[in-house]
Amino acid sequence: MIAIVDYGVGNLYSVEKAFAKFSDDVILTQSADVIDKADKVVLPGVGAFGDCMKNFKASGLMDAVMRAVENNKPVMGICVGLQIMFEGSEESPDIKGLGIFKGMVRKINAPGLKIPHMGWNSLTINENTHVDINLFKNIRKNPYVYFVHSYHAMPEDKFIILATSVYGEEITAAVGKNNVIATQFHPEKSGDIGLSIIKNFVEG
Amino acid sequence: MYTKRIIPCLDVKNGRVVKGTNFVSLRDAGDPIELAATYDKEMADELVFLDITASNEHRDTIVKVANDCAAQVFIPFTIGGGIRTVSDMRKMLKAGADKISVNTAAVKDPSIIKEGAEKFGRQCIVLAVDAKRNGENSWEIYLNGGRTTTGIDCIEWVKKAVDLGAGEILLTSMDADGTKNGYDIPLTRAVSEAVNVPVIASGGAGKLEHFYDVLTEGKADAVLAASVFHYGQFSIRQVKEYLKSRGVEVRL
Repeated sequence: MIAIVDYGVGNLYSVEKAFAKFSDDVILTQSADVIDKADKVVLPGVGAFGDCMKNFKASGLMDAVMRAVENNKPVMGICVGLQIMFEGSEESPDIKGLGIFKGMVRKINAPGLKIPHMGWNSLTINENTHVDINLFKNIRKNPYVYFVHSYHAMPEDKFIILATSVYGEEITAAVGKNNVIATQFHPEKSGDIGLSIIKNFVEG
Repeated sequence: MYTKRIIPCLDVKNGRVVKGTNFVSLRDAGDPIELAATYDKEMADELVFLDITASNEHRDTIVKVANDCAAQVFIPFTIGGGIRTVSDMRKMLKAGADKISVNTAAVKDPSIIKEGAEKFGRQCIVLAVDAKRNGENSWEIYLNGGRTTTGIDCIEWVKKAVDLGAGEILLTSMDADGTKNGYDIPLTRAVSEAVNVPVIASGGAGKLEHFYDVLTEGKADAVLAASVFHYGQFSIRQVKEYLKSRGVEVRL
């Protein structure tokens, strides 16, 4: 069973439908129990880092997700779901992140370009990584995916970077280590490429 | 590479696409989801559904369109037309829309932009603007599809709206719309230079060059078109291949 963690931020309907294309057993859940029983966990996130983290903590689901991380279950973060896996963010300096990955989330530095980074951008995929599931298996070189964000993660350990993109500067587009992987872009909004990425997670 | 976006607009009335289409592949030219899926296959970067349902009692048909689209077509889409309140916004977002466009309601009460942006994030709030030239480098905004004047300066309005929280501007030139003589380059450029959020140019597409001109000279981040796509004058892929051949980055 794949649990999509619903801690009250944003609309998860498309996320749920996209994962349900590849599995009959996808549950959008607000229950720690369901997360504990799940084989795989998806952690979405929309909006501001601070709001997301606060809601996540208050929902009581944070501990269940951290248990999944520690128990080596595949966990996939999406967008702010990626960002809260880091130690903190410039966007909400007083709020700590989960600290699964070392490093901070910073505002995109793209002089002359519009913020947010909104739209389709191509990825450069890093082949040398240590992840249990290869999200980019059977995906063409430099695929286009859909981004909407103003902040991005700056990992301390460069080897966790699975893919980058360029928007004024190099943008961290996907990270991962062992059982935990995350994308800054929205696979559920990235057409056929995005669906292939989701399929890789579901079947990997 | 970061790309320019090509966005088809679907006018929806009582849950059905109006304005006929020339897609031979479609079983039912009036089915919004079938048309959305066709555009997705053609590499449309996003979709805009404009609800032109006249009576309030049929308004919920657009909610069903949003719901079905979100479940079946995995690219971003915007719902606009008839959004009056933050509660309307919530309803559309809950149904699966990625963004909401507001026009008249925002002019009548700009606080809807601020409230919407605070509740749902500014990336959800698209300000739709209908502008008409009223002097050299000066444009006025109109309401109700161009029938009602406001006396409000377009550039001042978009700046204010972005300050309030609008995350994107969908800019239609009343002068260019329907002419097929090309997008309004001076207007689009003036708006794009006035704000730091993406600008979607709309109105006037008739030739392939028009897309190129507004994305380069007009500094638009995206282009919207309806009839040239619906009637099959160009396919989206054809526009993208043309743009690519002239050095504009597009997703293909």
